[in-house]
Amino acid sequence: MRLISARMRGPWTLFKKELLRFWRVSFQTVAAPVMTALLYLLVFSHVLEGRVQVHGMNYTSFLIPGLIMMSVLQNAFANSSSSLIQSKVMGNLVFVLLTPLSYLEFFLAFLLASVVRGVVVGLGIYLVAILFIDLPMAHPLMVLLFAVIGSALLGAFGIIAGIWADKFDQMAAFQNFIIMPLSFLSGVFYSIHSLPPFWQAVSHLNPFFYMIDGFRYGFFGVSDISPLISLSIVLGSFFAISWLALTMLKSGYKLRG
Amino acid sequence: MIPAIKIEQVQKHYGALQALRGIDLTIEQGEFFALLGPNGAGKSTLINLLAGLIKPTSGRLAVMGFDVQADYRQARHALGVVPQELVFDPFFNVREMLRFQAGYFGRGPENDDWVDEIIECLGLADKAHTNMRRLSGGMKRRALIAQALAHRPPVIVLDEPTAGVDVELRQMLWEFIKRLNREGHTVILTTHYLEEAETLCSRVAMMKQGQIIALDTTANLLKKIPGKNLRLKLSAALPESLRPLLRHEEAFEYMLALTDVTQVEPVLSQIRQASIAVEDMQLIEADLEDVFVDLVSKP
Repeated sequence: MRLISARMRGPWTLFKKELLRFWRVSFQTVAAPVMTALLYLLVFSHVLEGRVQVHGMNYTSFLIPGLIMMSVLQNAFANSSSSLIQSKVMGNLVFVLLTPLSYLEFFLAFLLASVVRGVVVGLGIYLVAILFIDLPMAHPLMVLLFAVIGSALLGAFGIIAGIWADKFDQMAAFQNFIIMPLSFLSGVFYSIHSLPPFWQAVSHLNPFFYMIDGFRYGFFGVSDISPLISLSIVLGSFFAISWLALTMLKSGYKLRG
Repeated sequence: MIPAIKIEQVQKHYGALQALRGIDLTIEQGEFFALLGPNGAGKSTLINLLAGLIKPTSGRLAVMGFDVQADYRQARHALGVVPQELVFDPFFNVREMLRFQAGYFGRGPENDDWVDEIIECLGLADKAHTNMRRLSGGMKRRALIAQALAHRPPVIVLDEPTAGVDVELRQMLWEFIKRLNREGHTVILTTHYLEEAETLCSRVAMMKQGQIIALDTTANLLKKIPGKNLRLKLSAALPESLRPLLRHEEAFEYMLALTDVTQVEPVLSQIRQASIAVEDMQLIEADLEDVFVDLVSKP
């Protein structure tokens, strides 16, 4: 029985290859980020539990969704960007460029693999965390929606970074000077209402803030701003970044000289 | 019959650098064709244009009648390319890589028998489950060729396929490529081993500085040059009167180009008259390398 048509098999194969690529090294790509998130959780909850309350809930509960979403986003970005930069530096991207895959199929395969990696890491942290802490989930659909669209946004951004960067240190700069600050300053560890007005305003320019805030709403039913506004902004950012990535791929920028 | 490759007025510029300056070339189906030229002549640029890895500045290229830009899907289906560098994906083993490669071209499990066949033919059977990273250079080269064939393309392009390959493997690869050609594949290769092009290829294009400077059957190219080489080792410098025949020289060793055997005696008598002794002498058939050196060294 043929489950997949010949036309769909090309992009499907690339997607499957991208999944296997990270799954083969899942200790590094899944277990490690779960471990890191749990260490954050352990340290921050030990230091701040009982001293800080956010939205009227204890600090540890508040922290978990933010930590999960931060890991989802960082890993979605890492998946597409590291796969592209590696195969560019190794030279084996040529095997994909020689095929009849269209730029759209190329984009979708890398994007979806990033979403899977992000969601798998997020699920890992969630499953370990609920062993120790009671965590409600008020709107599971919102949790899923923000996780999927957020990781798609970062997957698309990772494609842009992977195409643009020529060397590993350029990629590390992307990771350390854009992704890390944006995710750390997005309200993962605090509610932005606790910030001075100026930094609150700055936080509103950070798309990560809306992804974290909307994701957290899915758990607690409370958020800094309306989840529908967050969802619109995240979707808008996703379309803008995807458009940029697709434009780069279509023109052959840095891939087909 | 539609030509396997049709290249019309193709130019490729990188800023001020003109990598290709107007290439016209038609290769018929079933040909075994060689692209020769020194480094930087534009051979790899031409191959990358055929493969769609780069875009031409102007001109058109088609594979089996399909334009490499407008009908890129069909053109790439028709083409299998073996890259020059030993590139590989470090995450997968040989069989996985080949199945993925076929999959990108829309080929599913029905193609697995073919994948196993090329693994067998290229002597990769006992390495089928070995990670690409752990293969030796020669084995990686075989895997690269297998990857280009995974989707059963009618036209195969090999960019320096025997660079850095030992004699035994080179023989084995040529036998395999000859077989593919016999079975109807069009084969195009670039090589530095001119004697290979001479024995294998029916037609040759020689490139220099982005242009084709000679395009003919191997036999015709060989006819164009003086038929014999006379290698002489002398006790003193070659007499001035013989200089026009000189092909190249090294210390007191000289290679002279002769049209035929009857020229040998006059050459020797001139040397005798100059009271120079012949220490060693050899008469050699001219080969493609001589054509190549002649053409490439002309200003």
